Amino acid sequence: MEVSRHWRLRQQRYALVGEVCPHCDVKIFPPRDICPDCGREARTEYQFSGRGEVYSYTTVHDAPAGHEAYAPYTVAVIRLEEGPMVTAQLTDLGDQPIEIGTPVEMTTRKIGEDGERGMLVYAYKFRPVLRPA
Amino acid sequence: MHAPGSALPEILVAGVGLTPIGEHWEKSLRSIALEAMTAAVEDAGGLRPQALFVGNMLAPALSAQTHLGVLLADFAGWRGIEAATYEAAGASGGVALRQAVLALASGEMDRVMVVGVEKLTDRIGSSVEAALAAAADADFEAVQGLTPAAQAGLLMRRYIHEHHVPEHGFAGFSLTAHANAVGNPRALYRRAIRLEDYASAPMLSDPLNLFDAAPVADGAAAILLTRGDRHRPAGERTPIRILASAVATGPLALHDQPDPLGFEAALISAGRAMAQAGMAARDIDLFELHDVFSIYAALALESAGFAERGQGWRLAAEGEISRTGRIPISTLGGSKARGDAGGATGVYQAVEVVLQLQGRAGEAQVPEAQVGMGQCLGGAGATVATHILARADRL
Amino acid sequence: MREVAVLGAGQTPVGEHWDRTLVSLAGEAALEALRDAGLDRPDVLIVSNMLSGVGPGSQLNLGAQIADWCGLKGVEAFKIEAACGSGGAAFRAGVHAVGSGLVDLALVVGVEKMTQTPSTVTTAGLATAADADTEAAHGPSFIALNALIMRRYQHEYGWKHEDFGAFSVNAHANGALNPYARLQQPITHEDYREARMVCEPINLLDSSPIGDGAAAVILVPAERLVPGGGRPRVVVAGSGAATDSLAVHDRRDLLWLAAAERSARQAFAQAGVGPDEIDFFELHDAFSIMAALSLEACGFTERGQGPRLGLEGAILPSGRLPIATQGGLKARGHPVGATGVYQIVEVARQLWGAAGDNQLPEPRVGMAQNIGGSGATILTHILRIS
Repeated sequence: MEVSRHWRLRQQRYALVGEVCPHCDVKIFPPRDICPDCGREARTEYQFSGRGEVYSYTTVHDAPAGHEAYAPYTVAVIRLEEGPMVTAQLTDLGDQPIEIGTPVEMTTRKIGEDGERGMLVYAYKFRPVLRPA
Repeated sequence: MHAPGSALPEILVAGVGLTPIGEHWEKSLRSIALEAMTAAVEDAGGLRPQALFVGNMLAPALSAQTHLGVLLADFAGWRGIEAATYEAAGASGGVALRQAVLALASGEMDRVMVVGVEKLTDRIGSSVEAALAAAADADFEAVQGLTPAAQAGLLMRRYIHEHHVPEHGFAGFSLTAHANAVGNPRALYRRAIRLEDYASAPMLSDPLNLFDAAPVADGAAAILLTRGDRHRPAGERTPIRILASAVATGPLALHDQPDPLGFEAALISAGRAMAQAGMAARDIDLFELHDVFSIYAALALESAGFAERGQGWRLAAEGEISRTGRIPISTLGGSKARGDAGGATGVYQAVEVVLQLQGRAGEAQVPEAQVGMGQCLGGAGATVATHILARADRL
Repeated sequence: MREVAVLGAGQTPVGEHWDRTLVSLAGEAALEALRDAGLDRPDVLIVSNMLSGVGPGSQLNLGAQIADWCGLKGVEAFKIEAACGSGGAAFRAGVHAVGSGLVDLALVVGVEKMTQTPSTVTTAGLATAADADTEAAHGPSFIALNALIMRRYQHEYGWKHEDFGAFSVNAHANGALNPYARLQQPITHEDYREARMVCEPINLLDSSPIGDGAAAVILVPAERLVPGGGRPRVVVAGSGAATDSLAVHDRRDLLWLAAAERSARQAFAQAGVGPDEIDFFELHDAFSIMAALSLEACGFTERGQGPRLGLEGAILPSGRLPIATQGGLKARGHPVGATGVYQIVEVARQLWGAAGDNQLPEPRVGMAQNIGGSGATILTHILRIS
């Protein structure tokens, strides 16, 4: 059971907290201490809005161990509005067809269980932006 | 020193870095590695490597992560450079170092980073034990419930039987390591211990007790190497050169080794290294051996020629392994007190030899150290990697 | 660096080897390579493997284990790992070892056993090649990550799914003639179109099969081999290695294999050749999208036009750039940590004239490219007759 690992990642998983590079202003997710763009130190916290759009997506039927109970599920690469991309499951799809470019917003959902005691693991998932009826 | 030199082209140490070893629950594997790599780059005056050699054994099992080479290169901001992981159980760091030496010797690169990293604390409990036992033969040893401590315990019992070692004959290894660690602010355990502490320690796998065994925890060490003909290290530190690098193997399972107490692979590895450097045991000023279990320290000393077979334990009992003794070992605490970071050990050893040779070991300094040897073990001596480093100005 | 030659090769068929241990498979290929080279003992044994360290039931210290099995007492040995790029990385390490002058004989053996674990465990094992924290934790399997790339690629360049079929048809046709291949039945374009979706838009015939297997090569200094008489002397003309971001979502450009471009350029420069001089290409067709992207990044065709090489027949044995000549990953199979060495064995066999029914007419320059993850680590090698 990877308790400490899940705990370390909580700010990213629950709140989409990343970094902004103080040198070149690039937004970084997840935090990584060295800016991937300009290569200099970047440790300033930055709060992402949670909004983005679908860059690509697919549906997983043959799930890896630990995720079988949830198959089939849809996984996507999301381009956050601030620039970085993330890998995440899509949720609350309902009848809505997903397309490349669909606007989405972050929500926090269960992504699995860990260990025999079934520690619940939560993280960001993305859902289509709700439109007024 | 007699006939010193090297079979290797000039390979210099540009910078070193390491983290304290411990249970770093709050740090990820990649951030621990980055700490060490950043320290080495700073130590080298900001030099960027062209390739990354990673020594690690447990990430696939405990962190569900292979592909550490690119992970760490990317995380360090060196996207694009070549990178791969080298594994030989506890000797992973040593074989990574060896491959870096060969790559530099080929001339295809000038500056490389070797980083040893291990993170045990992504998991707790029996899965960690199972992962550590994977250094033994999975089908014929581990499946029987044999642990690394049990392997060492088997060897130790046989050794005591053959060489008539008195009770507590191995205590000196533990006492010396802990005494040395008092002078190392980055050691895991910094308190000296007494014979009574050793004598009353609980059994781990008898006759091996708790103080015969090193604590294994998280840590990373990094070393930046360059080809001397293309890049001279800047700054005022004494340049350190790698004189020798040699890896040898033996059967994986203890029961398959024709002469387990002969520590055959270590004998071959140390012998090759000394031949490359044109040196003998008496030329070595300090020996960072792999004292993950005290029996291995005794066997390493014997197989490298510092003591006759069966007499290695005496070096510890008679104080010869202290910082002022004939052959100082574990000078900053060794695996026993500085801590053992699994596959990262070989790089920790090299870094500590560099610190000693450059006079940067603070209170743990071995006086006038000019030549140091590092040796790490995979399994019960199934893979052994030995390196000899020396002050380049004294050759 | 002194020039390095490939002296011998060995391989096992790729398949489900229930009755064989990993170490015995490795030993078989290693000993065959030594016999093929007429030698007894290497100076160093380099093992490439991806999954042996992944729990449960993991095995570390494979170098020592395989060395012991082969009776190579005391030899230098270790394992190198770069996910599915392990084989190429191991070959490169062997080239550096022999090229340095410090080692005279390197034996590189790639081995993988992966068909006896339940598929969820195998899938989780393959997912360790991705970023555990930001990719794998969210559930995408390795196929899913490639599916994300393929879908975006189709979106940007307008290719229909059936346009990728030629890669699979070609690979299967070649695999049918290779006794070592996992899959030996030819397929038709109709089979491709009708194959079931595995992870949309990737279907079953876009995906290479896993398998168990081992392949080995012997490297020596080229000057040890006098050309003329018998087998042509095959030398390593170029070797390149590069990485990109580990996570797919961190790529500057998801649809460009930057590490393939970079490592291929290094290899081309060393060999003093360009894409036009390559007679055949053992590329990393783990998925048909990877084949297309590899061809583009290496400069064999323009960006976004990879499938065109398939549609035009350029990739066939009779075409201007044969690929997957002995089945490729798609039909020969993909025993992940061993694949990179299988590629080298296949290039060498072509150049030696020893490729059996897959033999191309007198090739002189062959290229092999091995990819770790979905483009994160890429090794490119060019071999030629000298």
